[in-house]
Amino acid sequence: MIRQFYIFVKKEFIHILRDPKSLLIIIAMPIAQIIIFGFALTNEIKNANFGILVTQPDNTTRTLTERLDASAYFDLALVTDNMEDAEKAFLKDEIKMLVVFEPGFEQALLHTNEAAVNLITDATDPNTATTLRYYASIIIKDYQQELRDAGSLPYSIETNIRMLYNPQLVGAYNFVPGVMGMILLLISAMMTSISIVREKELNTMEVLLASPLQPFLLILSKAVPYVILSLINLTTILVISTTLLDLPIRGSLLLIFAESFLFITTAISLGLMISNITDKQQTALFISLMGLLLPTLILSGFMFPIENMPKAMQILSNAVPTKWFFIIIKNIMIKGLGWASVWKQSLVLVGMTTVFLTVSIVKFKPRLA
Amino acid sequence: MEKVITAHNLTRTFGDFTAVDAISFEVGKGEIFGFLGANGAGKTTAMKMLIGILSPSAGSATVAGFDLVTESEKIKRNIGYMSQRFSLYEDLTVMENIRFYAGIYGLSLSAIREKSSSMLERLELSGESKTLVRALPLGWKQKLAFSLAIIHEPKIVFLDEPTGGVDPATRRRFWEMIYETAAGGMTVFVTTHYMDEAEYCNRVSIMVDGKIEALDEPSRLKQQYHADSMDAVFQIMASGAKRSE
Repeated sequence: MIRQFYIFVKKEFIHILRDPKSLLIIIAMPIAQIIIFGFALTNEIKNANFGILVTQPDNTTRTLTERLDASAYFDLALVTDNMEDAEKAFLKDEIKMLVVFEPGFEQALLHTNEAAVNLITDATDPNTATTLRYYASIIIKDYQQELRDAGSLPYSIETNIRMLYNPQLVGAYNFVPGVMGMILLLISAMMTSISIVREKELNTMEVLLASPLQPFLLILSKAVPYVILSLINLTTILVISTTLLDLPIRGSLLLIFAESFLFITTAISLGLMISNITDKQQTALFISLMGLLLPTLILSGFMFPIENMPKAMQILSNAVPTKWFFIIIKNIMIKGLGWASVWKQSLVLVGMTTVFLTVSIVKFKPRLA
Repeated sequence: MEKVITAHNLTRTFGDFTAVDAISFEVGKGEIFGFLGANGAGKTTAMKMLIGILSPSAGSATVAGFDLVTESEKIKRNIGYMSQRFSLYEDLTVMENIRFYAGIYGLSLSAIREKSSSMLERLELSGESKTLVRALPLGWKQKLAFSLAIIHEPKIVFLDEPTGGVDPATRRRFWEMIYETAAGGMTVFVTTHYMDEAEYCNRVSIMVDGKIEALDEPSRLKQQYHADSMDAVFQIMASGAKRSE
């Protein structure tokens, strides 16, 4: 039986290695995803062009402008004294934000302790606008704080903001665990279901079922290569995100792998369930993409915060395995927590796996008997 | 004659549809048994029950001396099966296919080595052991699939329309292989819709609308229906069919 298993797994690996397209998907997808999500699709903004509108430049406006320009988030692209120029620059997309200093800014600040800065942003993209406004106000507040510390401002109301675990608000802290979940789910579920359905499509399944090969051995042999590939992918993702994206691994690496193994098992049992529903590779692919990719993107919490969703969606999100895996990985990797903080989520995954496996075995049986 | 297949009122329904309607027959050892019928007559369903991948709704059967329902695992060790589409892995080489199928039937490595070289020689494929099956002509794929179906020397081999889409010359050579196999004592259970092939069988059964309407030696059937070929016999039988594809 061990030899049957070995022979079968070897055959599966030959299938995978002889099909350059699927191999490319399996190997390149995680790398591409991490790089796309890590660099291109972050909601951090760097080097956004901004302009200043100032009619009476003074030391304070100059210092503030320099502060903004010197930060990694902003580049000064326009200095003007009239609104028409600024508007033109907005329309030509030369600037994303305009800082308007009121006339006599420094005088107002020194004598009345109050001076107004208007932040005008291009809100065609509301997310960018919000983020830029947020960055700019922090820089301005910092400067205000310095003035207070220097004693030149009598009343100081201190506002302290602390961003826990991710003080720089690095997007990758959120995306990497999400992408990990997405890739492990897709590779494991999609590839397992396709490779089983392919045997049905080619009629080889009948021959296998008519042979003395035990059905569970067949299923196990189908699953093993994708478990191995998924673990390789996991390693790739962890290496890329720690080296290229400077992501920390604060918790136990062993626990990360153990939890990932659990999640891969969940994904593979999902793939088995899908392969029971259909006899066509294309349908299996379609179900995997629509049924797994979309809910994962929307409902797992890594792209859109679940707390902001309508109640019905929040309840629905509990059925998405990636949501639980995402929480687990974030807790271990980013927060550095241990088993005590993730056992509940792990239990949910174990429960899901049990349900998926039961359904697929019950559905698989009548086809064999 | 020793019976290797006995079926008694074997029935399979799918919902309201009775695909196989209480068929009974026996097949003897070393016999070439032709299982004929139009498309949709129920022959593939009947065969799938006999090889244990579809459970019967009613009736009973023994295959290779084992009960179809309670001893299906033992049956699987004693039969070979070749499906309609030759069921080889096209992205595997000839040798890899041999190793795989021999392996899942539990043949030892030395047995596989021995068998594969004699098989390749017989099939005149010795130079092609590292060729991907995809690159082989259809006739060779078919002969390879047949050889793999009997690599573990089963008592019975089930062939489901083994000659579909193959040219007449190759079909003739294929039937020579079947004869050789049967001469060695293996029972051959074959479905076909080529009526000239029916003439090669020791006995044939003709299924119409899920029932076996005729079962005898081809010569006797021709006599009984006053026909000069099996094709003519089949036309007479099939004209009464209500089901079509």
